[in-house]
Amino acid sequence: MAVPILKQGPFLIASIQAALTDTDVLQLRDDVMSQVTRHRSRGIIVDVTALDVMDSFVSRSLRGIAMMTRLRGAETVIVGIQPEVAFAMVQLGMNFEDVQTALDLEEGLALLQTQEGPADGGS
Amino acid sequence: MAAEPEERIAIESDNDVVTARQRARELAAGLDLTSTDQTLLATAISEVARNITTYAVRGEVLLSIVRDAGPPVREGIRVVARDKGPGIADLELAMQDGYTSGGGLGLGLPGARRLVDEFDIETAPSAGTTVTLVKWSRAR
Repeated sequence: MAVPILKQGPFLIASIQAALTDTDVLQLRDDVMSQVTRHRSRGIIVDVTALDVMDSFVSRSLRGIAMMTRLRGAETVIVGIQPEVAFAMVQLGMNFEDVQTALDLEEGLALLQTQEGPADGGS
Repeated sequence: MAAEPEERIAIESDNDVVTARQRARELAAGLDLTSTDQTLLATAISEVARNITTYAVRGEVLLSIVRDAGPPVREGIRVVARDKGPGIADLELAMQDGYTSGGGLGLGLPGARRLVDEFDIETAPSAGTTVTLVKWSRAR
């Protein structure tokens, strides 16, 4: 199932709705990259609240999205990692240290807005 | 340790990986596994089932409920993920964190082992691989 991506000002919001197959994850990566380019986005939120499992493939792919968008000048924030999922990721040995995370969508947007900075014009 | 009849899920695509972990979670929810333990089990299944699609193309996951008369009395889910793929040439290496021959992070097998209570793997070159996992409920 494709992940809907909404444009909100200079940011994109990708809200994962249900369990992701590997194909869905790769599709999400491609969609985010093309939309970042199309909209000249400055930040991306990926909301994973609906995910009950984040295995090594999903984690690695989300981390890859964050790295790729950063190279395009846009920061990615992963929001909504469930407590049990966080526990499993740590047990699994996932390194997510270089990826920005926030509690929920609201916190994620606030984080991106802070990073935009006042001198940026924000047009 | 008594095992009840198994449920079999054929693993041929990434969709089947999702089905296998969802079915296991449903089974586990019927026992007294905590929600956290269900998540750990589902994540471990995702890792071993993905190994099937990555390395062996196809295989199967068998789920069964296991009961231990104790003491302590406990019940759990046993997962057998098996394929007739190429097998693992160097098992010791494959169980090391960070080693991969498939382009991933090398967390699949060692990571899955950390997520469950029992972990066993049998493999031989060109004979396939069988991984057995057990997640027990907390002792009552």
